[in-house]
Amino acid sequence: MPASLAAPGLVGQVLRQARGWRRDLWTAGAGAVVATCVVVALAAPLLTAVEGQDPFTYHPDTLDASGAPAGPGGGIGPTHWFGVEPLTGRDLFAVVVHGARTSLGIGLAATALAVGLGVAAGATAGFLGGWYDRLTTRVIDVLLGFPTLVFMIALGAIAPTDLPRPLLVVLVVGGFGWPSVARVVRGQTLSLRQRGFVLASTAMGAGRGHVLVRQVLPHLTVTVVVYTTLLVPQMIATEAALSFLGVGVPPPTPSWGRAIGDAVAWVSTDPAFLAFPGGALFLLTLALTVLGDGLQDRLAPRTADRTADRTADRTADRSGPREAR
Amino acid sequence: MSGTARRAATARRAARARTAARRVASAALTLLVVSALTYAVFYLLPADPAQLSCGKPCTPERLQQAREFMALDRSVPRQYLDFLSGLVSGRSFGTGPAAVRCPAPCLGYSFRLDRPVVDLMADRLPVTVSIALGAAVLWLLLGVGAGVAAAVRPRTLLDRGVMTLAVAGVSTPTYLLGLLGILLFGFTVHVLPVSGYVPLTEDPAAWAQHLVLPWCVLAAVFAAVYARLTRGQLLEVLQEDHIRAARARGLRERRVVGIHGLRNVLLPVVSVLGPDLGGLLGGAVITEHVFSLPGLGSLLLDAVGSVDLPLVVGITLLSAFLIIVANAVVDLCYGLLDPRVSG
Repeated sequence: MPASLAAPGLVGQVLRQARGWRRDLWTAGAGAVVATCVVVALAAPLLTAVEGQDPFTYHPDTLDASGAPAGPGGGIGPTHWFGVEPLTGRDLFAVVVHGARTSLGIGLAATALAVGLGVAAGATAGFLGGWYDRLTTRVIDVLLGFPTLVFMIALGAIAPTDLPRPLLVVLVVGGFGWPSVARVVRGQTLSLRQRGFVLASTAMGAGRGHVLVRQVLPHLTVTVVVYTTLLVPQMIATEAALSFLGVGVPPPTPSWGRAIGDAVAWVSTDPAFLAFPGGALFLLTLALTVLGDGLQDRLAPRTADRTADRTADRTADRSGPREAR
Repeated sequence: MSGTARRAATARRAARARTAARRVASAALTLLVVSALTYAVFYLLPADPAQLSCGKPCTPERLQQAREFMALDRSVPRQYLDFLSGLVSGRSFGTGPAAVRCPAPCLGYSFRLDRPVVDLMADRLPVTVSIALGAAVLWLLLGVGAGVAAAVRPRTLLDRGVMTLAVAGVSTPTYLLGLLGILLFGFTVHVLPVSGYVPLTEDPAAWAQHLVLPWCVLAAVFAAVYARLTRGQLLEVLQEDHIRAARARGLRERRVVGIHGLRNVLLPVVSVLGPDLGGLLGGAVITEHVFSLPGLGSLLLDAVGSVDLPLVVGITLLSAFLIIVANAVVDLCYGLLDPRVSG
């Protein structure tokens, strides 16, 4: 047994308490970062108005002859808080705070789509069973083993041009995100269906619709909340990856991913251009992941909920869109 | 061995063979469905390859000619059948002296580059394979190693350090880490090349030198996931009765973890390794883009940029094929690794 667990009486208790607090502190800190990002995104026009800039105006006077920002740190100064973008001279602070709107907006919309589809498919499949369940499981398996990033990029080539690109990104990212949700929800539903209160409800003559909506769905809430929190950073990262590759949100809409993609060419001459959007993206995805982990430990300890499908549980950890390539 | 036991063993083998055959058949069926869907998505949506290749002053006659040449004047189901038969026996486009031949297995013909899609992909495949395999070896060593180290001493400083790093790794996009690597090792310390590819057959040392950064970057991102997975699984397995029994029998801790614990961690690791590797082999798009490596992923980005539909479809199908095969291999391995699963 590890020595720390054997610490006697009061000391051990205090230590354990401190550990719990530290864990909660992490989660709370992550929550604060996420909340800040949301506030910044909502107040983006206000913040840029305070700075006196906007994300669209070119400032060629802030650049030197090679197109790099003049001055130290990518042109950081009282007028341009984060410096300016190379080649265009657009204000980088404005790009970053407005980029938060793009990232969060698309990330949340795609998550909502994925969770909505996933819960609908997973809950009905697990609840109804039979051929419908087999078909849904099959579709989930096919989609999980699908080169999603390749497919998303390829779709960019042929999507109708009159479809707004941000909407396309939401549809594609969310549309490929639902199978992992569906798999987890289906597993939970399968085990819920066997529980006493569901059986009792059925025995008392409740209809299938009532049991599904009133008895099963409420018990899925915790799972869905935890999974949603963990899905948001994945969706944000996928949007950023697509924009980074030049097939996501088109210019001039500010986007962290695209800014990072543009920074590739400037990484040796103007590292600040990479640092600000890159740092923002890293901070937000990290905070969301820590928050999701914390919520999971708090609300749905992994070890307690291993019921129906162990292998599905094992892979569920990893079955979001594999954006990390 | 008695007759009954032998018969039972034969029956088990037959059952295992049946399972394997069923798995292969289901993979083939999945592939067929995926290819039909891919084909439908890419050829039913209104991006007309003939229109694109027709040139700026596009007269209706020339458009018609281009359609006939690309065999796009037929119905979509017919086109798909043509595509399938081309896979098996090759096909040619156009007639007379202008005709082009696409030998089997024909995944399509890039009219823009005037070469069969399969040839184009074969040129790029070694690059992607080099990236993916090298990175996979690294991330398995790093990830599983770190996960085991964290799990055998839970709640220690080491465990916390590893898990904090892993959370950071999971939330770091590949391209961000790649760019940091380029900035640090390429431009600040000047020890590693930051872009380009040298074939293994030409100069093994330069090959490895050019791939070190991409390997490390990919490995760092994936190792984070594997470390979390390994730690979680091992912690859980170490609570089980057979581990307690092994300890009670007086086995050394190293043996308990190494033999009895790790064996149970192998399954989930293999089950995520298959799709991960399959996905990477189908194009490490982001890594190749960051490090300017001419692999399948950068071929796809080129093809998308120039709306080269046959090439786009070809690469999509190849990566679907690789993932489906990887998943089938994982399932077959399952039976071998864990006798409880087979049957």
